[in-house]
Amino acid sequence: METTLAQPLTSSLVNPFAHRRSLARLGEGALRWAIRLGAYAILLAAACIFLQIGIKGAQTVFTSHWPFVNVPFFTEKPSTLYVFDWQGQKLELSDPDFRAFQAGHPGVEIQAETYAHSAGGILPCIVGTVLLVVGSMTIALFLGVASAIYLSEYSRPSLALRLIRLAIMNLAGVPSIVFGLFGAALFVTYFQWNISLLAGWFTLAFMVLPVVITSSEEALKAVPQGFREGSLALGATKWQTIRTNVLPYAIPGILTSSILGIARVAGETAPILFTAAYVVRDNYPWQVDKWTDFFFQPVQALPYHIYVVSSKIPQNAYTERMQYGTAFVFLGLVLMISLGSVLLRLRLRNKLKW
Amino acid sequence: MEETPTAPPPTAAPLTVPSPTAIEVEKLDFFYGDYHALHGVDLLIPAHQVTAFIGPSGCGKSTLLRCFNRMNDLVPESRIGGGSIRIHGADINRPNVDPIELRKRVGMVFQKSNPFPKSIYENVVYGLRIQGRAKRSELDAVVERSLRQAALWDEVKDRLDESGLGLSGGQQQRLCIARAIAVEPEIILMDEPCSALDPIATSKVEELIFELKKHYTIVIVTHNMQQAGRCSDLTAFFYLGRLIEMARTEKIFTNPSVKQTEDYITGRFG
Repeated sequence: METTLAQPLTSSLVNPFAHRRSLARLGEGALRWAIRLGAYAILLAAACIFLQIGIKGAQTVFTSHWPFVNVPFFTEKPSTLYVFDWQGQKLELSDPDFRAFQAGHPGVEIQAETYAHSAGGILPCIVGTVLLVVGSMTIALFLGVASAIYLSEYSRPSLALRLIRLAIMNLAGVPSIVFGLFGAALFVTYFQWNISLLAGWFTLAFMVLPVVITSSEEALKAVPQGFREGSLALGATKWQTIRTNVLPYAIPGILTSSILGIARVAGETAPILFTAAYVVRDNYPWQVDKWTDFFFQPVQALPYHIYVVSSKIPQNAYTERMQYGTAFVFLGLVLMISLGSVLLRLRLRNKLKW
Repeated sequence: MEETPTAPPPTAAPLTVPSPTAIEVEKLDFFYGDYHALHGVDLLIPAHQVTAFIGPSGCGKSTLLRCFNRMNDLVPESRIGGGSIRIHGADINRPNVDPIELRKRVGMVFQKSNPFPKSIYENVVYGLRIQGRAKRSELDAVVERSLRQAALWDEVKDRLDESGLGLSGGQQQRLCIARAIAVEPEIILMDEPCSALDPIATSKVEELIFELKKHYTIVIVTHNMQQAGRCSDLTAFFYLGRLIEMARTEKIFTNPSVKQTEDYITGRFG
C-alpha cells in the first residue's frame, strides 16, 4: 500500500485526470462566455452614454481659449439664436447681442435665421434644479426619517403597521408620471398652488419618500440594540435614547439613502412636467415681488430643458449643442451632489464608528 | 423595608438574611407570548449582598433579572402573568410606576459590553446628562468617583477624551459598570458580565463586584459556576423557568438540598 502511494502520479502512463471532451463541458464553456459578455455589455453601454455626452457636451461647455469654459452657458438665460451673413462673415448672435447689433447698425435691414432656445445659457435651469432638489429632499428627509423612526423604534406589530408597509411598497412601485398626475390634481388644482416650486417639491418628495423611509429604517436597524438598551437602562426616555444614542449613528446610512433620492429627484422629468416646470421664465427665481411668491413660482429645470430642446422645438445643428451641453452639466451636477453626500458620509462614518 | 420573610418560599431552603430585603419576588409568572418563561418564582434578595442566578440556558434567570428594571417592557408580546416584584417594598409593575424612574435606581450591566461610541468621559456622564445635570465640576467629580469605584480610573485618567470603544474588552465592561454607578443606583443587575471576557479581565470584574457590594445590592446572572462560587453571597438555581433552590452560596455548592441542584453543580447536566 505504501509503495503505491509513494509513487508520483506522473510516473503512471495514463493521466487519470485528463480533460474529457463532452457536450456538457462545451456547453459550460459557452455559457461562461455568454455570461461574461453580458457583464461586459454593461461596460459598453456605460461607455457609449458617457462618451457620447462627454464628447458632444464638452464642445459646448468648454472652449479652446481662456477661460476654457463657456461662461455665458452658465450665466445666461436660454435665448433665440440669430444667424446671418454680415460682410461675408457668418455671425451667430444670441437675442440680446442681436438687439445690440441692430441698435449699433440703425437703418440696416438684417435677414437672420432664428433658432429658438439655441443660444445663451442654462443658468435658470441649474438654479431651478438645485431649488427643486433642496426643497424636496428637505421635505422627504423630514417625513421619511420621522416615519422610519416610528416604524423602527416605536411601532409594535399590528394591522395598521402592515398597512403602512404595504403603502410604502406600493408607493415605491408607482411610475413617476403618475406622481406627476397626482401632484397636478392635488397640489396644482385642488390646493390651487398652480404650477409652482411648492407643488414640485411635494410631488418629488412623495416620489422619493419610499426610498428614504426604507433606507432610513435600515440605517436605524443597523444601530446595535445595545446602544438602546444601555441608554434605557440608565433611565433615559425613549426619545432621549433615540435622539442621543440612535439617530446620530444612523445618519451616515440615512445620507447614503438620500444620495439615491437626490439623483432621482434631480433627474425625473415626469413629476415636474405638470407641477413645477416651465419652458421659459423671464425672471430668475430670486426676482420676486413678495417673498411668499418665491414658493408659488414655476421654475425651469435641467431635465425638462433637455426635453424641451430635444423634442419641443425644430431640430437642427444648433439645438444639438444645447441638448448635449445641458446633459453634460446635468450629469456633472448630479455627480457633484452625490460626491458631496459620499464625502459627508465618510467624514461622519469616521467620526461615529463603533 | 425591614421585612423579614414570614414564610420562606416553598422551594427555597430556609434563609437567614442579615441585611434588609432589597427585592421581593412573589409567585411571579412571566410569559413571552404563549411561552411560559417563569413559573411562580418566589425569591428574596437581600440588600448589600451579591446574589447569583445560575442555571442552564433558557431557564429564565436572565428573564427574571430583566424584570427587575422592567427591561422586558421592550420585548413585544411579553407580559407578567401573575405575582409581584417589590423593590424596597414598592410594587414595580403598578401602573403608577415610571420605568424611567425605576431604571435610574436599578442599574444594569449587559452581557455584551456596550460602551457608546463616545468618549470615556461622555460614556460615564451619559446618565447624568439625560437627567439634565451638566455642571462641569459636578460631572468631573462623578467621572472620577465612578471610574475609581469601577477600578478603571488609573488606567484611563489620562485619556478621558478618547473613545470608549478603544478600550480592551475588560476595560469596556468596567466602563459600563462605571456608567451604571454614575447615576448612583441602589441595585445593580449584571447579566453575564464576564461571559465575553478573558480570565484576567474576569477576575478583575469579580474583584470589583466584591468591592461594589459595600455600596450596592448586586444581582448577577452567570453561566460560570466557579464565578458564582467566588463572588456571590447567595446563589439561586433555576431550571426550566422554576426556582429550584436558593441558599447561601457555600451551602449550594457544598450541600445542596435538592437533587437537581447537585446534578447541575456537579456537571451531570446543563
